[in-house]
Amino acid sequence: MIAIRRINIVPIRSIATCVKRCGSKTGEPERKTALYDFHISQQGKMAPFAGYLMPIQYGNVSITQSHSHTRKHVSIFDVSHMLQSEVHGKDRLEFMESLVTGDIKGLSEGQGTLTLFTNPQGGIIDDLIVTKTLENHLYVVSNAGCRDKDLPLMRTAETLLKSQGKDVTLVTKDDSSLIALQGPAMQKVLQPLVNVDLSKLYFMNSVTATVAGVEGCRITRCGYTGEDGVEISMPSKRAVEIVETLLSSKADTVLLAGLGARDSLRLEAGLCLYGNDMDEKTTPVEAALGWLLAKRRKEAQDFPGAKAIMEQIQDKTKIRQRRVGFVAASGPPPRHGMEILASDGSRVGTITSGVPSPSLSKNIAMGYVQGDNHKVGTKLNIKVRNSLVSAEVVKMPFLKGKYYLAPKN
Amino acid sequence: MGWMSRALITLAKSHQAKYNVVSGISQCGRFSFSTTSFNAARLFTDKHEWVDVNGKTGTVGISHYAQDSLGDIVYAQLPDVGSEFNLHDECGALESVKAASELYCPVSGKVVEKNPAVEETPGLINQSCYEKGWLFKIDLSKPEELDTLMDEAAYEKFLKSQSDDG
Repeated sequence: MIAIRRINIVPIRSIATCVKRCGSKTGEPERKTALYDFHISQQGKMAPFAGYLMPIQYGNVSITQSHSHTRKHVSIFDVSHMLQSEVHGKDRLEFMESLVTGDIKGLSEGQGTLTLFTNPQGGIIDDLIVTKTLENHLYVVSNAGCRDKDLPLMRTAETLLKSQGKDVTLVTKDDSSLIALQGPAMQKVLQPLVNVDLSKLYFMNSVTATVAGVEGCRITRCGYTGEDGVEISMPSKRAVEIVETLLSSKADTVLLAGLGARDSLRLEAGLCLYGNDMDEKTTPVEAALGWLLAKRRKEAQDFPGAKAIMEQIQDKTKIRQRRVGFVAASGPPPRHGMEILASDGSRVGTITSGVPSPSLSKNIAMGYVQGDNHKVGTKLNIKVRNSLVSAEVVKMPFLKGKYYLAPKN
Repeated sequence: MGWMSRALITLAKSHQAKYNVVSGISQCGRFSFSTTSFNAARLFTDKHEWVDVNGKTGTVGISHYAQDSLGDIVYAQLPDVGSEFNLHDECGALESVKAASELYCPVSGKVVEKNPAVEETPGLINQSCYEKGWLFKIDLSKPEELDTLMDEAAYEKFLKSQSDDG
């Protein structure tokens, strides 16, 4: 046994052998975040992820315990592997809208949005968060695993606009680290350490702040767990210090959490993992992310792939497959890559993510299905090894989000 | 959850480790190995299953290292009684929040019993991988295969070599 397929656990080992053996596909050694040594000191079980050596879990805290702790208290995740960049210049909004499906111009100052880079065929190149900061630039966070395509994409657009005499400059924030502080006790823990009023910082809003005495941090109220939480961008030199201060909080028990808990938390929250639940072959409509196509952008049809995507919206027969959620009450948990079968045994789709849900105590999954099988209540079978597990199409999220939303006017 | 429960987990592990040694000695088996200071009945595969043979019947489970690597086990798919397997055949699977992992048969033979307690409460494998968390019993058809397995000391060495070269 122990042919663990989803996340390979790398046994604790010396750094030298790690660099030697954990090289990425290109033969490059895995990168390390500024918190790498700190993770090791905290018994982080490190594994290669998106070109980085990242903690899967820490010490004797199981993924289930870490997951539950995040839902009840608050956890710190190192997400410094993600690509942070800034777009400056007066034509920055035009620049960003030439690449994404969102209404960036329509954001208020300090507000951000989840959006998508799309290709001319309407496929999703990456998902990202774009914030229109109060400091006259855009703050962009995209996936580490997509760095090698996101950067050229943005650089090409920058060069093109510049050649047209436009004012736009892309800057990668290579000296910044990023942590996510997630869970219901976030505000209680963070408020005493910052110089901004967190009760006025609503979901998907962002401010600069001094955090634990460190100036020049950026706090954005967002996350990838379905809980209230923030992501804090900070100077890498001071990252360990900030994390240690948060961990020593007396306001609640703060624990480090790794990618293991992050995966089960985001799946319960119905959030996609790029590369698993969507990729360049899926459109926003197919990925059930039509809500990320801003109304103004749809009317103008001025985002990459608009033609192909609008065709699917107008003619549903052009939708090849759709992302749906599944609950399988009993049996082995469906996992990435497993076949979805109709009652007559014909194949109608594929599971893209699945986990035994620690919060719901049943198996949950996401996958793509063809035909009419996306309708809520549809009963299908999932082939797990040699047996069939019955599963039902359900609405997502599996667990209701607890975001700190701005009061409705 | 905090330092207290972490401490409890650590404590439980050290108790288990002591217990293993004791049970290894008390169950002195038919197979002796010159490389060890004691005769242990429990033999290990490089895929982290163990088999403990009594007469012609072997009890099969997974090692402490395996359960620790998998984390909280939430589903155990065990082989049906009466089914026959060759050495290294896939005979079941264990699932945790983290991962799915196949079980490979550590010896050839016919399954004569499976552990219903583990099917009902898969967490038993984490709590007691060498005792209450056994998986199934198998009547050996080729007892000579046992010679290819590792005793506890050799297995510990194997684990160490794994972590040394990664």
